[in-house]
Amino acid sequence: MSAVAEKEWVRQAKAQSALSKLFDWKPFLVVMCMLPAVGLLMVFLTYPLGLGIWLAFTDTTIGRSGRFVGLENFEFMLEDPIWWNAVFFSVFYTGIATIGKFGLGLWLALLLNNHLPFKSMLRAIILLPWIVPTVLTAIAFWWIYNPQFSIISWIFIELGLRTTNIDFINTAWPARWSLIGANIWRGIPFVAISLLAGLQTISPSLYEAALLDGSTGWQRFRYITFPMLLPILAIVMTFSIIFTFTDFQLVYAITRGGPVNSTHLLATLAFQRGIPGGQLGEGAAIAVSMIPFLVFATLFSYFALARRKWQQGESND
Amino acid sequence: MANIITRRSVLGAGAGMAALAAGGDAYAQTQVQAAAGVTAPTLPIENGATLRMLRPVRFVAPDEEVFRANCARFTQQTGVQVRVDFVGWEDINQQTAVTANTGAGPDIIVGFGDSPHIYADKLVEVSDIAEYLGRKYGGWMFAADKLGKRHGTNNWIGLPFGGTAGPLVWRKSAVNAAGFQTPPNDLPGFLDMCKKLRQAGKPAGFALGNAVGDGNGFANWLMWSHGASITDEAGAVSVNKPETLAALNYLKELYATFVDGGTISWGDISNNQAYAANNVFVTSNGVSLYFALKNDPATRPIADDTEHSFLPFGAAPSWPSAPLTLNAMVFRHSRFPNASKALLTFLMEQPQYEPWLNANLGYWAQPLNAYRDSGVWGTDPKIAIFRDTMNNRFWNGYKGPISEASGQANAEYVLVQMFASVAAGQATPEAAMREAERRARRIFRR
Repeated sequence: MSAVAEKEWVRQAKAQSALSKLFDWKPFLVVMCMLPAVGLLMVFLTYPLGLGIWLAFTDTTIGRSGRFVGLENFEFMLEDPIWWNAVFFSVFYTGIATIGKFGLGLWLALLLNNHLPFKSMLRAIILLPWIVPTVLTAIAFWWIYNPQFSIISWIFIELGLRTTNIDFINTAWPARWSLIGANIWRGIPFVAISLLAGLQTISPSLYEAALLDGSTGWQRFRYITFPMLLPILAIVMTFSIIFTFTDFQLVYAITRGGPVNSTHLLATLAFQRGIPGGQLGEGAAIAVSMIPFLVFATLFSYFALARRKWQQGESND
Repeated sequence: MANIITRRSVLGAGAGMAALAAGGDAYAQTQVQAAAGVTAPTLPIENGATLRMLRPVRFVAPDEEVFRANCARFTQQTGVQVRVDFVGWEDINQQTAVTANTGAGPDIIVGFGDSPHIYADKLVEVSDIAEYLGRKYGGWMFAADKLGKRHGTNNWIGLPFGGTAGPLVWRKSAVNAAGFQTPPNDLPGFLDMCKKLRQAGKPAGFALGNAVGDGNGFANWLMWSHGASITDEAGAVSVNKPETLAALNYLKELYATFVDGGTISWGDISNNQAYAANNVFVTSNGVSLYFALKNDPATRPIADDTEHSFLPFGAAPSWPSAPLTLNAMVFRHSRFPNASKALLTFLMEQPQYEPWLNANLGYWAQPLNAYRDSGVWGTDPKIAIFRDTMNNRFWNGYKGPISEASGQANAEYVLVQMFASVAAGQATPEAAMREAERRARRIFRR
């Protein structure tokens, strides 16, 4: 066989166009690929945050661009008992509500983790308070806490246990506890369902082994369930703290920060000053004053979650 | 709720025109006397003019229908297209602010009383049409004059369109049973009546919560009826005065007579609910409460037993109440200022204004004296008190000039919270007064 090998055909390499050369250039490609994400972040995160911080240093009112006034807004804020009261209530509200939500949420998750009849349906029902729009919850609670028309007062009076209406939101401390109660009611499902998901990832063999070793129920919870649940507990708690601290709708719809500003959270106070009061600068300063608290909550989660022990149930070495 | 009225769509505006015609029939013989021989200022309408207007949403459906029909008729007569947007009450101040400061947006805003004073520099002066309307329709009423003219001048920057107020709303049977023909017009007598009503289990209740309308109205009445005010004539803060202290001490006694459960958490709607549920027998509110009761067969007996009267004057020479006023503004950025002024004049003229006023059933009262004779004021003797709403001699921020700060003090409930903290026993009257003074100084510092 003497076939003359045809001269090997080589595809003529086309001269690369300038455009395709550009796209082959790695730095350019990187920039182009990052651009949409960076653009979104700039437009929807960095710009509003930056604007909010800038406004906090000006005397802007609604519709009138302000002058730079330095720290004046913050100086006034620190002298303002209403702001200090809002700081106190924000921390108190977040603290007590978080404890309540996690105590009851964990308990509920443990109950739901058992084999129950109609398990799926029960779990769906549990989620209801969380699915209902917050403002509807708030309106329902507004009626429940109404000084004249509260159904709870009505029941107590009908049963002859009281002669007057219960003071839910008419004075400072009852109003604070009432709002915390509403927030806990609303927050439990989120905690319960998240923790339930965590519970289901725990291997049953651990419990079997513990049973063989003759453990008690409390020991199984303390030495298996709780450590295994910690990673998800930490992240759910971080979210919960952030959501609670920045809560707005419940308080604004039920008390509007009253009676006499005693239930203002930083978020509602910032809104009250900024939008109805028109002082965008002061409102922004109050909003900015939330940042240290939120940074603290985020750092807490970062360092807590970075611990391998929590993630893998091993020692930290 | 945008509605663009064009020459063509006017033909389709049958419903509105029918409503207008119906309104016209009911009051076929107008009693409104327009002065003869007053000539309107000449306002040559710009070529190709189109107008956009914002106003607050209606109380009652015919308000919007007649308003749109009036604008449609303007389009018919002048060829100027008019688009009217109806904006929620909470939003109109913010939208006015943004319009004024961006120099873009509607040509005309029918906003609330204070707005023209806050944005005076951005507005077209409307003295020509205001003076013309005043001459033709028996003169402007006090509050209209006060809110229309720039402080201390005769230059009109706003054109008041209507006003409403919140008088004392009371149950005749309860007040009579307590031994009073009508609520006393002096402060000690009023307190005495509230005490007796409380003993009879038919208490009074006035909002002391963060309620923009009712809360501020009650707090203002407490201040003004004791001769106190948030600022003096020059606009300097004047809360820290013996008069304020007297008002606080009075409220302390009065609050003890209020409905069980208290009113410190009351919003704007709470007194309406409590009154309609036979929980509260004396309160203060706009006319809407009466109509809501009257139009519901279940509460009709309460409406029949309801009367309106002034809150006690106390130290004030007249009813201490600031009407909520609609105040129209024409913006400098409008390319068609003449068309804008022509439209406002047209809407204020008798063939348009009277049917509109009548359609509002008394929710809005006229700013011009001649319209006191409009048919609406003869329809129900119980709403007669609203007829002279615009003759009230008080305004938000009284005694000082109307400013951005006076609006802010209202929006931040400075006075309401001063009273509420004393009522709740959270602060002594002296401490509450000092705190209110501190907050007011911050707000009025500019």
